[in-house]
Amino acid sequence: MDYPLPQVTPLTEPFWGALRRGRIAFQACACGHRWLPAREACPRCLGTDHRWEDGSGRAQVVSWVVYHTAHHDAFKDRVPYNVAIVELAEGPRLITNVRAPHDTLRVGMPVVLAVEEEAGFALARFAPAAA
Amino acid sequence: MRGKAVIAGIGHTAFGKQPGRDTVALNVEACRRALEDARVPKDAVDAVFVKTPTSQRELMYGQKLAEALGVQPRMGCALDQGGAANITGIMLAVMAIEAGQCEVALCCYADNPRSGSRQVYARPRGDDAAYGWFSTAAGYAMIHQAYAQRYKPPPEAFGAVAVACRANGAANPHAQLRKPITMDDYLAAPWVVEPLRRDDCCLVSDGAAAVVVMSAKRARELGVPAPVPILGFGQGQSSWEITLRPDLTTTEAKRAAATAFAMAGVGPKDVKVAQIYDCFTVTVLMTLEDYGFCPPGGAADFVRDGRIAIGGDLPVNTSGGLLSETGMPGLQLVLEGVRQIRGTAVSQVKGADVALVTNQGGTMHTHATLILGG
Repeated sequence: MDYPLPQVTPLTEPFWGALRRGRIAFQACACGHRWLPAREACPRCLGTDHRWEDGSGRAQVVSWVVYHTAHHDAFKDRVPYNVAIVELAEGPRLITNVRAPHDTLRVGMPVVLAVEEEAGFALARFAPAAA
Repeated sequence: MRGKAVIAGIGHTAFGKQPGRDTVALNVEACRRALEDARVPKDAVDAVFVKTPTSQRELMYGQKLAEALGVQPRMGCALDQGGAANITGIMLAVMAIEAGQCEVALCCYADNPRSGSRQVYARPRGDDAAYGWFSTAAGYAMIHQAYAQRYKPPPEAFGAVAVACRANGAANPHAQLRKPITMDDYLAAPWVVEPLRRDDCCLVSDGAAAVVVMSAKRARELGVPAPVPILGFGQGQSSWEITLRPDLTTTEAKRAAATAFAMAGVGPKDVKVAQIYDCFTVTVLMTLEDYGFCPPGGAADFVRDGRIAIGGDLPVNTSGGLLSETGMPGLQLVLEGVRQIRGTAVSQVKGADVALVTNQGGTMHTHATLILGG
């Protein structure tokens, strides 16, 4: 079965490239705003004076859901699995999976980047931060 | 503009399965019925506003529909806002009529995901499909979770919405799903995507609905038998994808509501019956809060003990809503608001002189409000 991998574009390549190095990256604008997903222009000032920065990998859980049915064959053997929104310590948010038992997930739960490969492609998953 | 325009007629197809019928044919049937209800000849129509079908994108959809209706509108368009587009079409019609751009508008919507494709509701959400992020329901589950974690409502708060809507649908001979549920049924149903249970989620339906909009003056001239005045309307757009939305427990429905209430000169206390967009139960709880019926986090108390059921303080979704009448999103709520003001609803609320209708679309991205009055 084909795993549903991201469609890498010149715009998003720096994000996926950072994960191959084991880091989470986001765009940071001269105006101070930091964001994901990748955009050509800063959504706050609309300027293009921005660059990619590596984050600390620290984040916290914003919300999550647990799938009990799969919408794609690649996930049939993975249910139940969670999908979460996390907010990086630096501010940007993203969709991910948290490698923790579902009943331990909490809003504000501290997590850290735990890069995992699917079909040779590095994805930004997260795991509970050490206490 | 309060009360200067009216909904002159309403019409809909059967709800449920309509195999072999395309959305244009369904729209035409609903429009024909709405014109019959208004007792207005088709030749009077000079504007057509249609919500694009969700399940299948088509370019120039407004023109395909106008062609099938055999009209050359002075103005019209297909609207892409998800569920909010139903009320938006009515708003645009009222403003265009007031501006002298047209006189008699058809506002309509049809879709056929039940017999056709429902793939749109299970779609991968961009690159995030790599994390298993699929479907429309999962987005609402994310909101439901955030709301539940913040305010700690019992699951019965969400269940109260499902039980009330299902009871109203059971009483409605036109409803697609006429099977009432108990709170125990609600709690025992399986997860769709946790924390959404089966009965938190609206129906997938084929069908169409339409309304005829014109000025109150034109309705008098044409001898429209039961015009219902439009007292107020408003819009707001949260816009952020839920991944990025700073607060998942409130939306720009607040702005839509405040604008509509100010225009109508009424407030939540004046509303006798409400048709609240119930694609998922959490949207009803958040809408009650954002519209000011109760404080943030107060909806669990507000919906307790049958208060939103028929005979309660604020009967909600009196024809069954998206959870029971039809999942074809949005416009059927306007039709029921019209029936309540006319006094012709199956589950009629006594003294219903102010009816509220709410729409929202996407994953609570877009919001539109309509207030009807007697």
